[in-house]
Amino acid sequence: MSNRAVPDAATQVEIYRRMALIKANDERSRKVVMSGRLVMPYYSPRGQEVIPSAMSVNLNDDDYLCTIYRGTHDMLAKGFPLKDLWAEIAGRVDGTCKGKGGPMHLTYPEKGVMVTTGIVGSSMPIANGLAWGSQMRGDGRVTVATFGDGASNIGAFHESLNLAAVWKLPVIFLCQNNEWGEHTAYHKTSNVRVADRAAAYGMAGERVDGNDPFAMYAAANEAVARARAGGGPTLIEAMTYRFHGHVFGDQDAYMDKARKAEAMENDPVSRFRARLIADGISTEEQLAAMEAATEKEIDEAIECALASAFPGVEELKRDVFAEELA
Amino acid sequence: MSTETMTKPAKATTLQAINAAIADAMEEDENVVVLGEDVADPEEGGVCGVTKGLSSRFGDQRVRSTPISEQAIIGAAIGASMIGFKPVAEIMLMNFTTVAMDMIVNHAAKLRFMSGGQTHVPIVIRTMTGTGFSSGGQHSDYLEAWFAHTAGIKVLAPSSPQDAYGLMRSAIDDPDPVLFIENGPTYWTPAAAPEKGQRVPIGKANVLAEGTDLTIIAYSRMIHEATPAVAKLAEAGISAELIDLRTVAPWDREAVLASVAKTGRAMIVHEAVTPFGVGAEIAAVLNEELFGKLKAPVRRLGGAFCPVPFSKPLETAFAPQTAEIVEVAKGMVG
Repeated sequence: MSNRAVPDAATQVEIYRRMALIKANDERSRKVVMSGRLVMPYYSPRGQEVIPSAMSVNLNDDDYLCTIYRGTHDMLAKGFPLKDLWAEIAGRVDGTCKGKGGPMHLTYPEKGVMVTTGIVGSSMPIANGLAWGSQMRGDGRVTVATFGDGASNIGAFHESLNLAAVWKLPVIFLCQNNEWGEHTAYHKTSNVRVADRAAAYGMAGERVDGNDPFAMYAAANEAVARARAGGGPTLIEAMTYRFHGHVFGDQDAYMDKARKAEAMENDPVSRFRARLIADGISTEEQLAAMEAATEKEIDEAIECALASAFPGVEELKRDVFAEELA
Repeated sequence: MSTETMTKPAKATTLQAINAAIADAMEEDENVVVLGEDVADPEEGGVCGVTKGLSSRFGDQRVRSTPISEQAIIGAAIGASMIGFKPVAEIMLMNFTTVAMDMIVNHAAKLRFMSGGQTHVPIVIRTMTGTGFSSGGQHSDYLEAWFAHTAGIKVLAPSSPQDAYGLMRSAIDDPDPVLFIENGPTYWTPAAAPEKGQRVPIGKANVLAEGTDLTIIAYSRMIHEATPAVAKLAEAGISAELIDLRTVAPWDREAVLASVAKTGRAMIVHEAVTPFGVGAEIAAVLNEELFGKLKAPVRRLGGAFCPVPFSKPLETAFAPQTAEIVEVAKGMVG
């Protein structure tokens, strides 16, 4: 393991910037929903910041991402602009989907965010298609499908991993094992590690500490290199912990309090922040300035979103098909 | 069989026509790709050989046999279509679409709308069905109403080689998902051959027989039951107009309303079960638009409300037949 890829100083700071953005955006999202300024289903990614941040620094804008309803962290890490995101989750016409998709269907092809699905497991079959297209074109692009541990028990997971392995597709199946499938603990629903299932399909797979930016970076780096080189798919099981209930408003009584407190005490964001300072990669002042800039950007995005108009009812007839409905 | 040799003789089968349509589209556009169970030549080009010859001609990257994984097939088609490919995906039998419904209904049909038009899914899903093979309850259903009930997907059901060719070309051209329903038992029925490159527009019905007393609206194999019924009705002095819908969704309201406004009577015939079916939708629109002009209640003839049975007499009795169409028509006119 010692000769695995290590992020250089600038990359470490960039990983942290993305993590801090995700954390700040989550805090603002929960506040805005709590205060009633916005009404939307919200699936907090708090606690899972490292995974997409360390993955996405290994990707280009034109690499593809298929993510899920708990996916704002994946999107922000991939470069989804805050203004387009906030206007969309506010249901406004300036939203990236004109307010017609909402938080569970955010899409931004310019940064490769091709599909956000509200159906557990459904990011994977479509990711295969994007990867198949790249394989036919030989364009060297990589597709990442993210999903939770719960999705590893739905049929689409098995069909997708098998097809990707047989066709040697340039795709990465990134399982974010946050220990919870909705309200049910992973260990109650599966006898094996998610990563162990890779062997069943003859593909590379590993379990990694998804809250450790270095381990996550190395795993992502290898998977991306494998896909770009024509070496086929990889299944990564990134271990993490969901800080909040399944959906905003869920009182999470089913989550063990001690386990949750322990996970929150080991907050990967503050831990990595402290490490960057301790290692002399960054200073307190630099990180504070970065965080302040992020906060400001989020504030501006929210104000911009709330000032935007709602879409007109004529939108009901548009985008059902290419031609407008009569 | 190439299109060149097919256009010379006057006859072709629907199976040949679909094969030729896909081949011609692949020849014109390198983004047209084919995937599904057994579709490549080492696997004999599908269980009925509809895609035979394509992988030998266009390569096994563009014509790919897949595992028996319907969700993965449609998912792969969706993903590739979002970045410029035009996949023609085969779901061997219409009943097998049930295991890919999430991909078809929640994704293919909705991604354009949910993304605000940023992405779209130009795929064709070919699927075969129909009673007549004694295949029983899970290999014979017509499920078109389910898809017609879903915003964002078009549903085609040709009844002839020419329409099969022309609609397949239009389906591949179309920027949105299209479900293309093929009737198995009439695959090998020869009829007038299509012309290379010919398109049949989506959403346009075809008046197969003109009449003044009654309009019969049908599609897919039911055209083959309704056509002799029109002749028998003529012998009995009843002038029936026969409309082949060809496109189930969006159906040609203009043509159907014009015909029924003229005849004042309408019967819809489909092999799918009657309750909540395509016939119910058409009947409702006829009532809304032509209430004062109807001379008789709109009638629906459809499959019996039971799973498709195995035993031959039961299977035959399941779907509407010529004699029943004649009898009901006589009752409406008389």
